[in-house]
Amino acid sequence: MKQLSTKVTSNAHGQDSSYFLGWEEYEKNPYDEIKNPNGIIQMGLAENQLCFDLIETWLAKNPDAAGLKKDGQSIFKELALFQDYHGLPEFKKALAEFMEEIRGNRVTFDPRKIVLAAGSTSANETLMFCLAEPGEAFLLPTPYYPGFDRDLKWRTGAEIVPIHCSSSNGFQITESALQQAYQQAQKLDLNVKGILVTNPSNPLGTMLTRRELNLLVDFITSKNIHLISDEIYSGTVFGFEQFVSVMDVLKDKKLENTEVSKRVHVVYSLSKDLGLPGFRVGAIYSNDEMVVSAATKMSSFGLVSSQTQYLLSALLSDKKFTGTYLNENKKRLKIRQRQLVSGLEAAGVTCLKSNAGLFCWVDMRHLLDTNTFEAELELWKKIVYEVKLNISPGSSCHCTEPGWFRVCFANMSEETLDLAMKRLKEYVESTDSNRLISKSSHERIKSLRKRTVSNWVFRVSWTDRVPDER
Amino acid sequence: MKQLSTKVTSNGHGQDSSYFLGWEEYEKNPYDEIKNPNGMIQMGLAENQLCFDLIESWLAKNPDAASLKRKGQSIFKELALFQDYHGMPEFKKAMAEFMEEIRGNRVTFDPKKIVLAAGSTSANENLMFCLAEPGDAFLLPTPYYPGFDRDLKWRTVAEIVPIHCSSSNGFQITESARQQAYQQAHKLGLKVKGVLVTNPSNPLGTALTRRELTLLVDFITSKNIHLISDEIYSGTMFGFEQFISVMDVLKDKKLENTEVSKRVHVVYSLSKDLGLPGFRVGAIYSNDDMIVSAATKMSSFGLVSSQTQYLLSALLSDKKFTSQYLEENQKRLKSRQKRLVSGLESAGITCLRSNAGLFCWVDMRHLLDTNTFEAELDLWKKIVYNVKLNISPGSSCHCTEPGWFRVCFANMSEDTLDLALKRLKTFVESTDCGRMISRSSHERLKSLRKKTVSNWVFRVSWSDRVPDER
Repeated sequence: MKQLSTKVTSNAHGQDSSYFLGWEEYEKNPYDEIKNPNGIIQMGLAENQLCFDLIETWLAKNPDAAGLKKDGQSIFKELALFQDYHGLPEFKKALAEFMEEIRGNRVTFDPRKIVLAAGSTSANETLMFCLAEPGEAFLLPTPYYPGFDRDLKWRTGAEIVPIHCSSSNGFQITESALQQAYQQAQKLDLNVKGILVTNPSNPLGTMLTRRELNLLVDFITSKNIHLISDEIYSGTVFGFEQFVSVMDVLKDKKLENTEVSKRVHVVYSLSKDLGLPGFRVGAIYSNDEMVVSAATKMSSFGLVSSQTQYLLSALLSDKKFTGTYLNENKKRLKIRQRQLVSGLEAAGVTCLKSNAGLFCWVDMRHLLDTNTFEAELELWKKIVYEVKLNISPGSSCHCTEPGWFRVCFANMSEETLDLAMKRLKEYVESTDSNRLISKSSHERIKSLRKRTVSNWVFRVSWTDRVPDER
Repeated sequence: MKQLSTKVTSNGHGQDSSYFLGWEEYEKNPYDEIKNPNGMIQMGLAENQLCFDLIESWLAKNPDAASLKRKGQSIFKELALFQDYHGMPEFKKAMAEFMEEIRGNRVTFDPKKIVLAAGSTSANENLMFCLAEPGDAFLLPTPYYPGFDRDLKWRTVAEIVPIHCSSSNGFQITESARQQAYQQAHKLGLKVKGVLVTNPSNPLGTALTRRELTLLVDFITSKNIHLISDEIYSGTMFGFEQFISVMDVLKDKKLENTEVSKRVHVVYSLSKDLGLPGFRVGAIYSNDDMIVSAATKMSSFGLVSSQTQYLLSALLSDKKFTSQYLEENQKRLKSRQKRLVSGLESAGITCLRSNAGLFCWVDMRHLLDTNTFEAELDLWKKIVYNVKLNISPGSSCHCTEPGWFRVCFANMSEDTLDLALKRLKTFVESTDCGRMISRSSHERLKSLRKKTVSNWVFRVSWSDRVPDER
């Protein structure tokens, strides 16, 4: 008899993908400025390490929060016993207000509609358990975060059907792509329960436009399905534009307190904006009472440590801190992104114009031998093993076009980023096919800056790639 | 189309059971010595509040552990970023050693075989996902922890088939009961994947005997199935006997490193022994590499906060603290249990002789109007609403005999416990049948102390209950 479940014996955890293999290589030979200057530089990890000093300063000024004290008195016992799956009220209140602040206080979040979870990994899976039966599907625009294959499908038995987005319009979601995905699901005999988007997008680093959000809300209204908006990167928006949440759109379309609003759910986490992935703090926000109720019970399987809830409720309740932090975080991310973008440009490499996130979506199609995923994997291996940079290949994000890579910029020092860019430049200049392109790339890029994204088509025609025949 | 999953719309979460309803009543009218002296005393919550002073002293002497410092230096950044699902090595090492210490250092635990989880709630569910397909069954001796209905079955869609234990032998697991359960599962068309026991038992408060453990190991060997031993109460053993773990039995039967040993898994948590349910610290221990590997990946859905791992690795690495704690914990639990037992006796009530746990398994069969679960529920309601004590009725623990209740003793002060017992005595003496029994009970009890547990049969014949006709 089969000893272990198929969840164990299959590889649905998705961890055989290159996304994770790159990490393993890094672990074997990690860069260290002093101890291992020729090691692999980790550019595949979307961490925000830019603002720890702000939090450390706050901790030093507010020792009670970590010290399990309130007004100098120990509240250890109270916290040790607190396992209420409704969560610490002060913490949910502070979290709700923080989410409002990120959205310019244009929308309100009711703390009672927040369900805490051990990270958004747990939040997303719990939401899937609440909304989908095994075999039912959610539509996701590609490229998407590789972890979703595990988080949304593994133990839930749910399916993902991709909404194919292309570089021809900067990977924006179009109506036809949506319809196509929906029909594809039906062809596969899958019941579509909803759509899940990450906004701002991982790996694109772009915010969904108001047009896309309206399209999505209209689509779920007409199909009577759900919309999950994973807004984990909402506090990393550094562009001139404001972050537009799906909650903004519901408000603007006067859909608050309607049936549709009950089918729109937001997922959040403090892992990216605050750089605290180790503390395991995630949340589901839903207007549907049944979902809140069920998800709350399910959160028993991944509650947030009361010790952590207490520390963070103190931190986030300090509005002076949160105001300063969000501002400074934006500034530093913007500078760091610029550093990456210009470093790439100097190597003749462009990226999708981004305004959020901890990474750029980098176009290395011109460096491929052929316009195929095999070539992309070849290129990726060279970058990992020869250039010694761990970056994430687009295929691991289910991108339909070979040659795109996600490159992180907020998880290392400025100097390390410079070094990484230097290594990349050397590599690009050293490869044959690129000796030709590099010089003309530089000129092209100057004029590109003023063009719209649809001119990616223009760039594609420049290179002498063999068309993808598969 | 059905909007939400059946997991949401059914009541598979099990929270409509009286176990949880009693809690709700308590929340409405909680006892407070000063503010609400007539309120409900919570005796349905298996918390260990007896040794917080020891931990608080330790925290006061070791401020770095909670303050996210190491040797006075902030390690905040390191902890904030630590999300490795393999867990903090120092913490797993300290956990393994603590588990060894609890077992008198007779067996060893390899930290590499430990998988951390957000509480044993998460650990048990994970293990179920690893071992059972939807529809597969695990056999559980009754009475068992009501939470298992949710933890083991809800999202996993596994089944539980009870191994009926009876008061005739102190609720010990017999070979025939086990065989009967196995056959029952077959009759129901269910594939049995394993047996899950809680040792020491919740709600019985007794440790499994060596004989029972040996029988269990033989059983799973012959049937080629798994054995999960939830040893969450292993550190609450206060009797003269030592705690015997299933790991002891494997060692004594020279089954270490055999195929059988790969099918024996231990679950642990710091929620009961250390009284830290709010910190969400659980663990799976398995000799099967594939399970360790899969459960490790699954732990992504319920990682332990790095802030908490760090605090507890410091606490548990202090061997002076751990040995003092374990000894003192034992002493205080013992004296508190004695207090409950004698208080009950003076009300003419006996309990199953216990040597572990945070509760007693109390025999109130003689207070039932009829030998039925309806009568048990009536009695329970009286105790909750009239006597104002929240205790857990045996039916919520799937006990096959009406009239047994789990009564906790470690989650309140001595004075509160005394008050609870006084109220109970008053209630018993005020009810008609209680008045008759109470005096003769007192005499009977003196002679009972020397009898074996099989004399429960003797007691049953004493009362003039109507036989259960259902």
